[in-house]
This record gives sequence, structure tokens and C-alpha cells, in this order.
Amino acid sequence: MSMLVADELTKQFPGESQPAVDAVSFTVEPGEFIVLLGPSGCGKTTLLKMINRLYEPTSGRFFIEGVDARDMPVTALRRRIGYAIQQTGLFPHLRIAQNIAVVPRLLGWSNDRIEARIDALLDLVGLPREFRQRYPRQLSGGQQQRVGLARALAADPAMMLMDEPFGALDAITRTRLQDELMAIQRKLHKTILFVTHDIEEALRLADRVMVMKDGRIIQFAPPLMLLAQPEDPFVAELTGASDLLRQLSLITVERALAHPGLQPSTDETADLTPLHPQDDLRLALTRLLSVGDEGLVVVEDGRMCGRLTLNHLQAVLRDTALLGAQR
Amino acid sequence: MIELLGEAYAYYLANQTRFWTEFGRHLTLSGAALGISILVCLPLGIWAARHAASAQYLINAVGTLRLVPSLAILFLAQPYLGTGFTPALIALTVLALPPILINVYAGLLGVERAIVEAAQGMGMTVQQQLLQIELPLALPVILAGIRIAAVEVISSATLAAFIGAGGLGIFITRGFALFEPRIMLVGAVPIALLALGSDLLLGQAERWATSYRS
Repeated sequence: MSMLVADELTKQFPGESQPAVDAVSFTVEPGEFIVLLGPSGCGKTTLLKMINRLYEPTSGRFFIEGVDARDMPVTALRRRIGYAIQQTGLFPHLRIAQNIAVVPRLLGWSNDRIEARIDALLDLVGLPREFRQRYPRQLSGGQQQRVGLARALAADPAMMLMDEPFGALDAITRTRLQDELMAIQRKLHKTILFVTHDIEEALRLADRVMVMKDGRIIQFAPPLMLLAQPEDPFVAELTGASDLLRQLSLITVERALAHPGLQPSTDETADLTPLHPQDDLRLALTRLLSVGDEGLVVVEDGRMCGRLTLNHLQAVLRDTALLGAQR
Repeated sequence: MIELLGEAYAYYLANQTRFWTEFGRHLTLSGAALGISILVCLPLGIWAARHAASAQYLINAVGTLRLVPSLAILFLAQPYLGTGFTPALIALTVLALPPILINVYAGLLGVERAIVEAAQGMGMTVQQQLLQIELPLALPVILAGIRIAAVEVISSATLAAFIGAGGLGIFITRGFALFEPRIMLVGAVPIALLALGSDLLLGQAERWATSYRS
């Protein structure tokens, strides 16, 4: 069953000439990482806030796991959806442990269960357990955002809404948190709706990107499709479709190895600098150009899982370019 | 000066029972006025913050109330309410209302909107948002309002002696009537110490309420 189905969702704020969100319909499957992308005022945040009913739709309906959202008590609906916003959303007067425990407490979990959950979540997001007793202000921006992520995950919701959670962070911290969010997502398989206006962030994180403009969805497709087949000049401009290096940096080694028509080599020659399945092809290309024909082994958890050569890379690129030529 | 204080202390020793009765009355009067004001202003301030557009007039009106001198409030109350404890209590309550109400209102409006929305988005009910998020975050500002009111009420309760409500002001009026500065000091010094003490105590409470910021 689909995790989320939106049917002609519309939000018209009083006194505005245009609806902020205009008859939007889409479907999200369980475990998908969806990024809502668009310029400010395009309606992406409004759409997100309709999902946890901070804004009530003017018209249209949406269903969570098949149930009409209007048929659920609004607080119950919100408690089963994780919610993370920019770090201002942490409660400054509550300690880190109390911040993380908010939703489990609302749900009436036992103290033992909550305490164990706080430890597990701090481990998951890479924060030391000593941080339990600190206040948000005593943490750096990146650490605060990790707490925000832990708090959104606290009651183990199937779906998470994230409203520009990394927007206020410096570029290095943001990239590191993106990596960790992806790592967590590979482990937990949440359904995530993630709002950003940062195209790089969207292309890195998303399984599918929902490009919005003036309250409408312009294109809803995987990052590679967005680059190869932009359905609209707006999308092409947004993604800078001709940038080959960017395209490479968006494809992981894992995806290239899984490319149809290529047998993964399992030849056991050891390299000094193995690749990781999650590395991007831009990095792979740099390394491949220095080692030459025999290629590089791909190692995951200390085990070799394939060998990537320049031939692989060319095949992937040929297909991507082909896709681009069809439009 | 030291000599005068010595004489005042001698007067206190000779009139201990009377002193502590008036001291108790002064505290009761001030404490009751503050307590009633807090009980009135908390719900009223919460309502005002939730209806900020229409409540603005109320807040402005209450603000102008502060311009009326406390002595005038006491004497204005007398023809209608007579003399004694009740009219003094009412006058002091009117004096304490504005700073507390305005600070409850301003404190709640000052809570960052994004924080309240996060609480709402996580599934807190309106009451949980108020009790767990909004009031604790507004607490330092509310305490500042109570501190201002407490100092004002304790020092103004001196005037209650004029309308027969007793309190430490008794010693000041008596000393004044008899041209005996030492008797005036028996009232004035404890009042000053009480006002100072409440200021320090509530200031400490404010620091405790903002300890998470350091």
C-alpha cells in the first residue's frame, strides 16, 4: 500500500490571489526519499505542512497508508509522523534527553523504554551519551541538527517530514549530515519528505525529486531523469542539465555496478585504495584515471563486492547521454 | 546617624509585639495583593496573547493605569470602599496588575513562533504547548513583571496606614506626627529591606529560570 496519496490538494490563503498549493496530486511509496525542491514561495513548505495538518487543505484529500488524514485525530496523526525543522525548532529550555523524549512521552511510553530509546538514538546520530544533560545552546549548529533528527526519529515513525533541516549549516557540516542522513535512511527505510531550495542537496539525497513552481508540480522524477530529461525549461535551468561532472557526482558506485548488461568482475586483486559502494562516480573517475585499465575493487564492510573499470563508467555515461538526446 | 539607628532599635525593643504585628500585616497586605494580581493576570495575559489584535486596547488601557500615582489610587478608593484592610488591598492590587499583565502578554508573544509550531507539529495539544513550551519560555519575562510589581506594592503598602489598614507605615505616620525620626526609621528601614529582599529573591528566580541560556 502506498504510504502517502495526495489527491488534488489545494491551499488558498485568505487575501492571496493565487493558491499557495494548486490541486497537487502524487503518490509516495514506503521507504522513498522524496525531496520537494523549488524557489521560495513555490508552495513546498505549505505542501509539507498540510501533511501534518499544521495547515488544513482548502480542498482535496490525502491518505496515509490508505486512511483519509481527516479521519484521524490531528494530534494522533502528528505523533506518528516525525517532524524536523531548522535548529530553531529545538526547545531551548529542555535538555537534549528531554527534547528527544517529547513524542514518546506524548505517546505515554514507560520511562525505561524512553531512556533506552534516547541512548539508542544518540548512538544512531553519532552524538555522545554525555550530551543527554546538556541544553541545545551548549551544542554546535550541526550537533543541534543531529538532535533534531534524533527527535524526529524518536517514536520510530514510518514517515518523516523535514523542512530545510540543514538550511542554516555551513557547507561542510551540511554535506556530512547529508551523508549520515543517507546512511540512516539505508538502515531504517523511512518514508521521507524533505524540503529544500538547494539543488545539490536535492540531487544528492532524493530517490525522487518533486520540482515545484507557483504551487504546482513541474516534474516528479529521480535525479538522473531530472538531469537527462527535464520536462520543462524551468527544470533544465534549475539542474544545469549539461554539467557532466555533476551528473557523475550524483551516481553511486553501487548503481554503476548494478548497471544492466555488465557482469560485475570478482577478480581478487587487492588495491591500496578501494572504492566504497556509496562513493560517487566523480570520485571513482578521478581514481580510475590514475590506476588505468585494471580498475578498482569495491569494498563494503571489509568484503569485496565488485570491480569498477573505465568501461563500466563509459557504459553508464552512454546511457545517460542517450536519455538526454531523446528529449 | 548611628546614634539615631540605636534609638530606633531601642524603640523597636520596647515595642516588639506591635512591630511584628504591623510587620505581619504589611507582608499579608502586599502578599495578598501580589497573589490576587498573579491569579488575575495569568489567565488574562494568556487570553490577551492568544487574541493579540483585539487585546491590544486592553493592554494599552492597563498601561495608562500605571500613570496614576499609588497615593491617588488609595485616596480615590476611600470614599467608595471606606477605610481598613479591603480598600487598601484593592488599591494595591490595582497597582500590581499592570506590570504583571503586560509582562505575561509580552512574554508569551515573545516566544519564537517556530518553536511553538514545532511543538504543535510534533502532536502536542494546545494545553500541552502552553504548559510545556510557551509558559516556561515566557517565565523569565513574567517573573520580571512580578518583581517590578512586588517592589512597587511593598513600598506603596506604606501608604495603607493613611486609610487605617495598618502595616509598617504606621510607624512612619506616627513618627511624622510626633516629630520623632527614630520612630519613622522603625517603619522605613524594614520596608526598604523588604523591597530590596524581594527584588533580590525574584531576581534570583529569574536567573534560575534562564539558566538554560548560559
